[in-house]
Amino acid sequence: MHCIVTGGNVKVLAKAVHSLSRIGDELYVEPQEDGLALRSVNSSRSAYACFLFAPLFFSRYSITSGDNFRCKMAIKSVQSVFRSLTTLEKTVEKCHIDLDKQKDRLTFTLHCKHGLLKTHNLSFQDSESLQAVFDKDSYANVFRAQPRLLVDTVVHFPPSLDEVTMSVSDERMWVRNHVEDEPEASKAMLTELCLASDEFDHFAAQAHNSVTFCLKELRGLLVFAESTGLPVSMYLDEPGSPVVLSVTDSVLEGNFVLATLSDDPSLRKNSSKGAHTAAPPPPDDFMNDDMDSYLIAMDTSIAPGPSNTGPPPPSLSGDTRSKRPAAVSHKARILIEEAEEEETDDLDRLPNKKFRSLFFGSVLPPSSQLSTQPMTSQEVLASDSEEEN
Amino acid sequence: MPLSTQSQGDDEQYVLVANLDNARNLSNILKAITFKDHAIFTATTNGLKVTVEDSKCLQANAFIQAEIFQEFTIREDLVAFQINLTVLLDCLNIFGGTTTPGKIHKNKRIKKKLHLRWDSTCFLSVFCDAAGVSTALRMCYKGYGYPLTLFLEEGGVVTVCKINTQEPEEPIDFEFCSTNVTNKVILQSESLKEAFSELDMTSEVLQITMSPSQPYFRLSTFGNAGNAHYDYSKDSDMMELFKCTETQTNRYKMSLLKPSTKALALSCKVSVRTDNRGFLSLQYLVRNDDGQICFVEYYCCPDEEVEEN
Repeated sequence: MHCIVTGGNVKVLAKAVHSLSRIGDELYVEPQEDGLALRSVNSSRSAYACFLFAPLFFSRYSITSGDNFRCKMAIKSVQSVFRSLTTLEKTVEKCHIDLDKQKDRLTFTLHCKHGLLKTHNLSFQDSESLQAVFDKDSYANVFRAQPRLLVDTVVHFPPSLDEVTMSVSDERMWVRNHVEDEPEASKAMLTELCLASDEFDHFAAQAHNSVTFCLKELRGLLVFAESTGLPVSMYLDEPGSPVVLSVTDSVLEGNFVLATLSDDPSLRKNSSKGAHTAAPPPPDDFMNDDMDSYLIAMDTSIAPGPSNTGPPPPSLSGDTRSKRPAAVSHKARILIEEAEEEETDDLDRLPNKKFRSLFFGSVLPPSSQLSTQPMTSQEVLASDSEEEN
Repeated sequence: MPLSTQSQGDDEQYVLVANLDNARNLSNILKAITFKDHAIFTATTNGLKVTVEDSKCLQANAFIQAEIFQEFTIREDLVAFQINLTVLLDCLNIFGGTTTPGKIHKNKRIKKKLHLRWDSTCFLSVFCDAAGVSTALRMCYKGYGYPLTLFLEEGGVVTVCKINTQEPEEPIDFEFCSTNVTNKVILQSESLKEAFSELDMTSEVLQITMSPSQPYFRLSTFGNAGNAHYDYSKDSDMMELFKCTETQTNRYKMSLLKPSTKALALSCKVSVRTDNRGFLSLQYLVRNDDGQICFVEYYCCPDEEVEEN
């Protein structure tokens, strides 16, 4: 693989890398026919992000066709190539990215002003492909907003806040911090913002859903969106189904897929198993600023349901509902196809995680998909060596 | 702002008296070499040299010529002592140390003349300058065994510091002479600052390659993630002088060279020289607050023998 990024695009690439570093510790690089894909996933597999840079993003993009090469490396090493963004902007003229398969090295060469050449030879490991399966076009709720709107929204929440809940109705979106299992719910601070539909570039809420997901990863996307000025599209479906945030322009596409809690507390009143037909949260609760009733709703007794067992079928995201009955222990999944039967064991192994694993698709021929390796680990073709000088 | 004695009587007891209107002209330079607590002060009629060493492999020298001082009187050919540099810097910055020239304090606009009675034998006249705030310094040393006395004044307030001195150790002579220099480049500090700030700190060594052919001047690190190279072309407009006679690659311990970044940050130009043994000399040209030039140099031993390629 050999590609060249010039001018301002170097900074965009750098921003994407920094943005991915908010998700996970490793960067998965896969040069594809349709562009260079950079991906990352977090350790609990509850957040996934992918940036796809089309060939036109580069001033030169050449890959060995038919060669399904993919690798992963520590994201910190790539960040060190693009350490100072202001310097990048001022001094870097172009960036060459070359793959040396013999030496297992990915070389970033930055051609800077004043005749300075910076070469970084980074070692990588071969890896499985990392691909989340999601069909955002099938989602019930689609919104698009300028990044400024979202940045101004999240700024109201403390940086330490883990989870945020977004609820939508026909005309409004509410964003509030997620408070759960709080023994003294009345002592928790609740922050809620209401955004009207006209603040968005596009607002289409077909189902009045309420989803809870991790804020930290959202901030990662906003860092990128704000610097590039691209509008952010949000795709929400019912709780349990991942929320997808994406930024797109003609030469790049970034998707952040974040797992959501599979059962929204305010919906626990329905102890139905098929939680996909969740009743929409009554908008009046929020409109009336009636904290008491809100708190009562939060405090609903836990509907008994089957425990976290039950193998999910290896199907696409549309089927989340059938496998997750009232998951009181807050297991949410983003379904990404992969080795399936082992998941429940893995879930039991991660009892403290609120968000459960994403299942990642392996873009290998079907025969190898029946491998029984556990969910949380991917098949590593090369030894996991730290010393790669 | 001058701190001058009305009476000359006491001056006779000092072997070294140095006055500076702006103590920062000394403290800033000293900050560039403060990686160890102790420093050797050597004063001659040419001025002051402050030396700091580390593990017999690294030596840093700061030169403040006599011309920088408003008064520099030395009664012996050579005056030398060892002193705790950290304490000295703390004293030089006793009035805060972060004041910048021209920063206005409340009552600084008044021109005052104060007489302070200091000891029964002399008077100190103190003038407050209207412009800016700077700490004035008067440094006095009576000789072997005596403490170094600092008189620091700012805004009419005088502080007297006496810092104990020790027997000076002999600074290492790296025997680095210009005749043995094989390769020399002079770069504008700006570009080198960028490289040094990005150096991979997980690398134990910094490798410097200098060559009359490609890659001309290269800084390399070998860290956990992989290796990185910073190449400066000889035709670069940052390169003021390029005189390389042979290809040399030498490695130096990163931990030893890291402190030189402080000197680099203060400087506007840096000269990098290696000799036939692979010893490294870094010389930094520093301009002080008043635009005067001072020098800081670092000498470093190579880490290991590297095959010259």
